[in-house]
Amino acid sequence: MTMRGPTSDLPIVLENVGFSAGASHILHDVSLAIPSGGPTVVIGPNGSGKTTLLRILSGLLVATRGCIAWGTRDAVPERLAIVFQRPTMLRRSAAANLRYALRAAHIPRAAHAKRTAELLALVGLEAFGERPARRLSGGEQQRLALARALARDPTVLLLDEPTASLDPAATKSVEEVIRAVAARGIKVVMTTHDLGAARRLAADVVMLHRGRVLATGPSPVFFSTPPNADVATFLAGDLLL
Amino acid sequence: MGNSDGASAISLVLSADPALMEIVRLSLAVSLSAVFFAALIGIPFGALIALTRFRGRDGVIVLLNALMGLPPVVVGLVVFLALSRSGPLGSWGILFTPQAMVIAQAVLVTPIIAALTRQTVEDLWAEYRDELTAMRVGPAGRVATLIWDARFSLVTTLLAGFGRAAAEVGAIIIVGGNIEGFTRTMTTAIALETSKGDLPLAVGLGIVLIAIVVVINAVAWMARVAGERIAG
Amino acid sequence: MLTRRLTLLAPVSLALVVAIAAPAAAQDKSIVVSSTTSTQDSGLFRHILPLFKAKTGIEVKVVAQGTGQALDTGRRGDADVVFVHARPAEEKFIAEGFGVKRHPVMYNDFVLIGPKGDPAGIKGSRDIVAALTAIKSKGAPFISRGDRSGTHQAELKLWKVAGVDIPAEKEAKKLGPWYKEIGQGMGAALNTAAASGSYVLSDRATWISFKNKSDLVIAVEGDKRLFNQYGVILVNPKKHPNVKADLGQQFIDWLTSPEGQKAIADYKIDGQQLFFPNAVDSNA
Repeated sequence: MTMRGPTSDLPIVLENVGFSAGASHILHDVSLAIPSGGPTVVIGPNGSGKTTLLRILSGLLVATRGCIAWGTRDAVPERLAIVFQRPTMLRRSAAANLRYALRAAHIPRAAHAKRTAELLALVGLEAFGERPARRLSGGEQQRLALARALARDPTVLLLDEPTASLDPAATKSVEEVIRAVAARGIKVVMTTHDLGAARRLAADVVMLHRGRVLATGPSPVFFSTPPNADVATFLAGDLLL
Repeated sequence: MGNSDGASAISLVLSADPALMEIVRLSLAVSLSAVFFAALIGIPFGALIALTRFRGRDGVIVLLNALMGLPPVVVGLVVFLALSRSGPLGSWGILFTPQAMVIAQAVLVTPIIAALTRQTVEDLWAEYRDELTAMRVGPAGRVATLIWDARFSLVTTLLAGFGRAAAEVGAIIIVGGNIEGFTRTMTTAIALETSKGDLPLAVGLGIVLIAIVVVINAVAWMARVAGERIAG
Repeated sequence: MLTRRLTLLAPVSLALVVAIAAPAAAQDKSIVVSSTTSTQDSGLFRHILPLFKAKTGIEVKVVAQGTGQALDTGRRGDADVVFVHARPAEEKFIAEGFGVKRHPVMYNDFVLIGPKGDPAGIKGSRDIVAALTAIKSKGAPFISRGDRSGTHQAELKLWKVAGVDIPAEKEAKKLGPWYKEIGQGMGAALNTAAASGSYVLSDRATWISFKNKSDLVIAVEGDKRLFNQYGVILVNPKKHPNVKADLGQQFIDWLTSPEGQKAIADYKIDGQQLFFPNAVDSNA
């Protein structure tokens, strides 16, 4: 992976973005600018629309209202990768999953062996290369999915609840990878309901509530001085209705 | 095979009777070839239907499923009329040959393989959709990936097709003519021996046929177990 | 990797095509003869065809069907020679222009088969017409092939002589349940008769080689009206240019030659001759 300077895929700017599916309205009037730099963490109660927002950023869902621009373009960048909350392993070995992602990203075949080894090492799965991916534990699969996303050499990396189902040790190692990845200049946008992880990782924070942006702001100010009462309630661990 | 005079088919097998061996060879050659060509057409077709949305898609799926129940004797009749010298494909001159039998059985088996492939691929696509879309895999890549990753279920599909082909007699007896030494298979031989009243021989041949099909299924099962252990 | 797997397909498909095609390629000097199931079931072909092949090198592929179907196969041009036993149908075939010339070859006879218990009381009779009349009047169970075959047509003709118009009675729904049509070949008819204790008209050859006789026996035989004449016809190459006229004619010539006629006469089951060559009989 190479060091990355500012790219033309950022900032990601959303203007009055809304998303409805049938009768349910999931996002309303979301206007945001996601700048280049450290990780942007999206927080909010369950059902606030975090996952939907991420899927729209990745292009898997199309906003039913409003518009989005990724840097200078209004199409999803080629070098954008996403890791889902419950990633699906392809029915093959861990290494083969990575090779598949490399091939899909048009990385030349000659580089595959080296890149696969690097990626496995990055997420701490060197010993698991030949194991069938579906036989890995939940945490290992999450890490493999992360490696798979990084195989694309992305400029933007979207992560949906990357540590939700992980034990503390696995959480720690995944957070280390996220920090390492961000340090190399890859823009990370992640959702989480783990406020501790948010505090540890965020460079700036976006809070959603009932499909709307409640507040945004840089970390750690956002946590030390909540911008409004609702944010304060949520950060205190109380239910926000 | 000669006048059986009560000689059991089992002893014919044990003595590797050449006429019986030829019948077994032809049965396998015809049915395996039919499954092969049916798979060549049916698997990609089924995968395509699974992955594309178009108007009338539900109708196509219903039709495909219904065609799994095509009566063999009707297929035989239609193929016979097509391949007859007086028919549209008469110039091919392949009526009453093993090639005609392969065609008839391929027609019979293709809907089975296509319909079951569609179901299998659609189920796997539901699992893989997000990831493959996120990885920007194009349509050809999707089809190839789904077919390859679903290969063990598809083997079961092929076995279902083979079972249908190996068991049927209605189609191949019409288009093949049950010519001794040339288009006589196990099932048509059983039909013939039954009509000659040689029921013990017919039953014996039936046992041999079932044994062969069981062996093929066992081999496929072992291959699947070994393969799954490797690939997970 | 995908291309590597795809290239496996090529040799596999080639191997399969060759495996099936191989025997076919060896059959270049061959003819297709459509004949009847009863003739094939008698085993006659297995006896005489190797002799013909040894002499001429011509492979004869026999497609055995009912007479109606066999003539139909000739009409479609799917056979080179037709070899059946239904003179009126054969002459119609030639009149329609599908056949070149009809050559008598041999005859065998029909026998009336029935259960040992003989419900119609006709066993041992030499009068087929009286026997059939008895069967109808007593309503004894009777199996008919009902498949437009030569045997079926002969059966209907005999009923007619006995004063029973089966097709007309069927049409008028006056036929009783004692008469059952199964629409299948001779072997199936005998199986059904054995299982249901019925009478059935069979050619002698099929009867002798039939292996499931159970308690069936010959009830009536020897009536001249039970003789069954075979004819062989070359399919008209003017109607179907693909017909192998030369090879087909060689087969016909051999069948009607002294050598072929002797081969037919030599065919015996249990020491009994089944077919009586009569190619020289111009009335046949």
